Amino acid sequence: MLLNASGCLDALTAPDVARSLDAFVTKTVTPLPREGNAPARIAETDVGMLNAIGLANPGIDRFLTRNLPQLEKLGVPFWVSVGGFQTDDYADICSRLDDHAVVSAIELNVSCPNVEAPVESATQIVAAARLATRKPLWAKLSPAAPDVGEVAQAAQAAGVDGLSLINTLRGLKLDARTLRPALGPGQGGLSGPALKPIALAAVASCYRATGMPIVGMGGIQTGLDALEFIAAGAQHVALGTVLFADPDAPARIRMELHAAAAEHGWNSYDDAYAVAHEESLSLRTT
Amino acid sequence: MRRERLSVVANESVGPYTLLRVARGSLEPGRPGQFFMLEAPGRVLPRPMSLCLAPRAELAFLIDPIGPGTRALCALERGETLQVLGPLGNGFDVEVERPLLVGGGIGIAPLPYLAQQLPGAPAVLGFRSDWHAEAAELVPNAQVCVEPVLVTQLIPDGMDVLACGPEPMLEAVRRVAPAAQLAWEAPMACGYGACYGCAVEIDGQLRRLCVEGPVLHAA
Repeated sequence: MLLNASGCLDALTAPDVARSLDAFVTKTVTPLPREGNAPARIAETDVGMLNAIGLANPGIDRFLTRNLPQLEKLGVPFWVSVGGFQTDDYADICSRLDDHAVVSAIELNVSCPNVEAPVESATQIVAAARLATRKPLWAKLSPAAPDVGEVAQAAQAAGVDGLSLINTLRGLKLDARTLRPALGPGQGGLSGPALKPIALAAVASCYRATGMPIVGMGGIQTGLDALEFIAAGAQHVALGTVLFADPDAPARIRMELHAAAAEHGWNSYDDAYAVAHEESLSLRTT
Repeated sequence: MRRERLSVVANESVGPYTLLRVARGSLEPGRPGQFFMLEAPGRVLPRPMSLCLAPRAELAFLIDPIGPGTRALCALERGETLQVLGPLGNGFDVEVERPLLVGGGIGIAPLPYLAQQLPGAPAVLGFRSDWHAEAAELVPNAQVCVEPVLVTQLIPDGMDVLACGPEPMLEAVRRVAPAAQLAWEAPMACGYGACYGCAVEIDGQLRRLCVEGPVLHAA
């Protein structure tokens, strides 16, 4: 399944791009509306970009009354990304989404680098969300943890159905002329090609640690990149930064993915699932 | 929303700037003040550029080579290709009675195309040096000033101002012409409302320039 990374698409302003995906993932919804950070919010780096959007969103009330009906009309299955500042925030939003059959799944954003980290651990958040909803629950994890596989195991034990890997990593860009931060808030989340090896390592580690379904993302630019994520242990892949440069990327990457699988003699890219682990020597050093 | 790979027809110097002319393909030129996302070779993100001129079967963009992306665009040679997405955003409203075009520096970029749709409209343009002011040749009926003279000193009362330039200039323009149409600028990742990266703070409100602008009414 081909998805977008949460935060990298607004299906209501770009419905055609959303329709070119197998499922659309919303920007993170929080309990209250958030205007987001003061500009500048984005800055390009040599092999990626930084963003400090700051989870701009209408809040769960307006999301349910205004966005949800419009998303339903699009006819694309969608997941809702959920964020908060304490465990109860996540549980409340999950329970309010639970009644809406149109929501295919919930992704718990426990890893945004642009807001104060949730006070409580990802495990508690997952456990509380699990009690609040019967919908498939995915936890979006940060690769910044010392052992992301361990975090994944804890999330699994707390009742999550799958993992989204990875979120952005915190980065800083200085304006070359002024030597001051290029972004308004100072630091931001690094995305784009620079993330790919880090994301692949996280996918491989979490696959080995849990065997759970994984949505792999981080720097995917081509079908071959996507195939590598599948080989590392991702059942699904998501596109982020590449959508900014190329709104036609979903169709292109899908074609390239089929072609890349065919070059290996596979009928489907599913045949590539976790093959990287069959040659475990190359991964054992991570 | 249409994206197409276009060929460079010519790359011409205009003072310190480059006028990049590309074959139009099937893309529409759009309205003055609208913009296109231009693939910057070797870079992760495309660059937003307002349309400067629409010669027959071409699109032309005036580019200031100030960073790695704009330098890569200015280095493109005839026959090379780049992906172009657009036209995007909201342009100028040309249904005005007494138009006055106001531009500062590279902010004059959308004015030549705007001037074609407002024949005979006067323009006032400000630049930081005589070299930069060479770009004024692209705008007909232009009165030109060079720092320390500021463009706002040349705006007569009672005109329908359509302006593009650096933020301090736009802020100064709206003080003397409160009903002006202003074309703002911000770093953009996508140009089509996906990233929420191009928000600018205007009167205490955050506006997403790519879908709400880039042209906004000052009042």
